[in-house]
Amino acid sequence: MNINEIQDQIIDEFGQFGDWMERYEYLIDLGRSLGPFDERHKTPEYLIEGCQSKVWLYPSFENGIITFSAESDALITRGIVALLIRVFSGHTPAEIVDANIYFIEKIGLRENLSPTRSNGLLAMVKQMRLYALAYKAKQEHS
Amino acid sequence: MRLTKSIEEIRADFPILSTKAHGKPLIYLDNGATTQKPLQVINLMDELYRTTNANVHRGVHYLSDRVSERYEAARETVRAYINAGATEEIIFTSGTTASINTVAFSFGERYIHEGDEIIISGMEHHANIVPWQMLCERKRAKLKVIPFSDEGVLDLEAYRSLLTERTRIVAVTHVSNVLGTINPVKEIVAEAHRHGIPVLVDGAQSIQHGFVDVRDIDCDFYVFSGHKVYGPNGIGVLYGKADMLNELPPCQGGGDMVANVTFEKTTYNVIPFKFEAGTTNFTGAIGLAAALDYLSALGREAVACREQSLLARATAGLSAIEGIRIYGTTPHKVSVISFLPGTIHQYDTGMILDKMGIAVRTGTHCAQPLMERYGISGTVRASIAFYNTEEEIEALVKGVRKVTEMFA
Ligand SMILES: Cc1ncc(COP(=O)(O)O)c(C=O)c1O
Repeated sequence: MNINEIQDQIIDEFGQFGDWMERYEYLIDLGRSLGPFDERHKTPEYLIEGCQSKVWLYPSFENGIITFSAESDALITRGIVALLIRVFSGHTPAEIVDANIYFIEKIGLRENLSPTRSNGLLAMVKQMRLYALAYKAKQEHS
Repeated sequence: MRLTKSIEEIRADFPILSTKAHGKPLIYLDNGATTQKPLQVINLMDELYRTTNANVHRGVHYLSDRVSERYEAARETVRAYINAGATEEIIFTSGTTASINTVAFSFGERYIHEGDEIIISGMEHHANIVPWQMLCERKRAKLKVIPFSDEGVLDLEAYRSLLTERTRIVAVTHVSNVLGTINPVKEIVAEAHRHGIPVLVDGAQSIQHGFVDVRDIDCDFYVFSGHKVYGPNGIGVLYGKADMLNELPPCQGGGDMVANVTFEKTTYNVIPFKFEAGTTNFTGAIGLAAALDYLSALGREAVACREQSLLARATAGLSAIEGIRIYGTTPHKVSVISFLPGTIHQYDTGMILDKMGIAVRTGTHCAQPLMERYGISGTVRASIAFYNTEEEIEALVKGVRKVTEMFA
């Protein structure tokens, strides 16, 4: 699936929920099921600034594809991170750099997050794009 | 002690309390961060801009006179409220942070030298840490820190042993913004004075709870912010004993703080004007006085009583939740309650409470060293004001219960 197809799928999933409580319960479930994170990467280098909860984001790049893993100390944040990974992970740097991210608004996450918190969310998206940009530049120079 | 108004009347004075948050009635429990403003303040500020706006102390004209009079009357209201000895001991600043920085700069210029020592406590807000650290860096002085117990009580034994012949000033908070602890500032001051050392008391979290008397405390400086005591933003107070203020050099230069200016030499105005450079926030000062008048009319002791009763209810309700940890468990505290529900992150808790319309604060509350002391990354803090209701406290307890179920 390409990035937009994944986003549409997520929007569909969230469309089934009646109220905010169900949406958050789903986020919490997603947070619980977030894959393991290598403790060795829990360093300042991979810590994202601007979040109320701590978020570590670790990229790896193999065969032209970027894979992200992430960790957070807050469960709802883990849920959000899980969604971002689902959207961004497994794509080429160019696909990530060019992606138009619209699912956050469509599932009512942005409006439910206060400015400082949504900064945290935006900081994660920005960081993922930055890694993609860096890998893209590397590809073009090699 | 009874409030002079019913709770319904009081809530009607604060229009913002009828706000809906995410479609639910707002339950505002973030009063430690800032308090809401009564109509008595809002309407007065509005009236000032409509009818009485001119620069203070600068004109010979009608409006300037009117507003200068009201500005000086506001100073007298603040003096009476904190029971200072003289009106010139009340300096208007932009807030607690500005007041502390003024003292750290001016006192530091006059009295701090290499190797001198400054004492603060381990439960300070960053506003009462960083200005002193900056001073220490400038003057190569040393910062010493009074430790506190798990209950959130300062270790006075340790404090006494920190006082040396190199100690120049002690700066402590009256009330911890995280733990709610009311510190024994009177004892702390008496002990410092025995060594001839002045004390600054950070009143940002005590002024709104009714019980401040600077002459009884005998502190040399007392500072607070208007916005935390139901007054406007951008106004604050620096109280200093006249003898002390007269000795200190001004922190900022500009208009109104001078007596005579030539390019060769400038002489400074007398206190309080020496410390009020430029056009001050006179509307804010007059609004702050209106807020203090509002509290006085309600009954200061009654305000404190009501808050204690709401605190007791919140403490009992939250304590009954399995696995909850409350930070700040001394009985001698104000209506601030910091907690963590089991291992659930403060941010997760705050997010869910927000969706229920309940406003609390989450995070370090600008007190990172305190968090480190407990080995945590933050807390959820509910800070209660007299306009909160028993039902709102029940809703908080119910909300936290729901959180523990959701994250179980
Ligand atoms: C104990 C304490 N000191 C100082 C401050 C700083 O106050 P302001 O930001 O109004 O200057 C606060 C505000 O949270 C506080 O709680």
